[in-house]
Amino acid sequence: MSNVKDSQWPLWEVFVQASPGIPHKHVGSVHAPDKQMALQNSRDLYTRRSEGISIWVVPAEAIVASNPEDSGMFFEPSNDKVYRHPTFYVMPEGSKNI
Amino acid sequence: MENEKQLEQFEAKINADSKIEPKDWMPEDYRKHLIRQISQHAHSEVIGMQPEGNWITRAPSLRAKLILLAKIQDEGGHGLYLYSSCETLGISREELIEQLHNGKAKYSTIFNYPVLTWADVGAIGWLVDGAAIVNQISLQRTSYGPYSRAMVRICKEESFHQRQGYEIMGKLALGTPEQKEMAQDALNRLWWPTLMMFGPHDADSAHTGKAMKWKIKRETNDELRQRFIDKTVQQAEIIGLTMPDPELKWNAEKNKYDHGKIDWEEFKRVVNGDGPCNKKRMDNHLKAHDEGAWVREAATAYAAKQVKEQVVA
Repeated sequence: MSNVKDSQWPLWEVFVQASPGIPHKHVGSVHAPDKQMALQNSRDLYTRRSEGISIWVVPAEAIVASNPEDSGMFFEPSNDKVYRHPTFYVMPEGSKNI
Repeated sequence: MENEKQLEQFEAKINADSKIEPKDWMPEDYRKHLIRQISQHAHSEVIGMQPEGNWITRAPSLRAKLILLAKIQDEGGHGLYLYSSCETLGISREELIEQLHNGKAKYSTIFNYPVLTWADVGAIGWLVDGAAIVNQISLQRTSYGPYSRAMVRICKEESFHQRQGYEIMGKLALGTPEQKEMAQDALNRLWWPTLMMFGPHDADSAHTGKAMKWKIKRETNDELRQRFIDKTVQQAEIIGLTMPDPELKWNAEKNKYDHGKIDWEEFKRVVNGDGPCNKKRMDNHLKAHDEGAWVREAATAYAAKQVKEQVVA
């Protein structure tokens, strides 16, 4: 069997926005030969029950992800900056609305 | 050494009920078990479209036909969610389909039984989807993230499947004597094969140990089977049907139903290819796959042409 004949097409990651104003959320993936079909296949697969008002499809190979094994080191710089959180600051006794 | 440390971290994550994600380190056995279980699950969804598909042109009303079409489309969708989740483990869709075709991967034995009457369509929704729900609700808590997310999605859709089946059974059971007999006959034939869907008893199940330890499965075959029986008996009673198990009775002490012996010889025969419809199901899948080849080729060629035109322009 030739490769072309049995190709299940490139992989696309699918993101759906459920209602206006909220972020698109990853819901899964589809195989499709081009972006138009990726969009249509995603609609048929992931929004059969009014789950969304907008869909993004992204070629899976275009996604760059951080490596879980390095995550300690990678995210370390944010761990020692407690002054970035509002709870770090001491407010004068009795002050309101702040 | 490195491996031991990684295994330790992996098991610590499992013990803390944290999810394992595709890029996380995992033992080879964990990956293999997941590929076997998720692919079997995906193939079952897709092969499961066939028994009901036979009834689309014979549905007794337009309402029934629309419902059946929607249900079968859902089953195809469930197959796709599961294939996607399985592919995150590093196996391609082509390999998964190839393993189905060469018999290395299995699918649920229940789909090798024929669907002889309209009541069988009802019984499939009520019993087969009912059993699947019990299993899948439990699997929502599986330790592998993509599998868990697919299960959550599937469970949301599955409830309609069971209710439409139970509605068909209820209508037939409360209809003419012939209709009631048809419903009872469907229950008689499909009850035992449905119980087999949960797999061998825990004592005889080769894969249960590690799957439970690594939280791929959260409850054992027998626990899930018992939950299904306990839920379903009352549903049969309410529509006036009789369970085809003379030994089925309430055990007040254990707070569950005792049931008769399952014919595991029959189960083994059907798993190993000797069920009433094994050959037909596989032949159909192969035929659809081969006859769809030109569509895949044409779409690939069209996509290549689009890219070329873009480059020229």
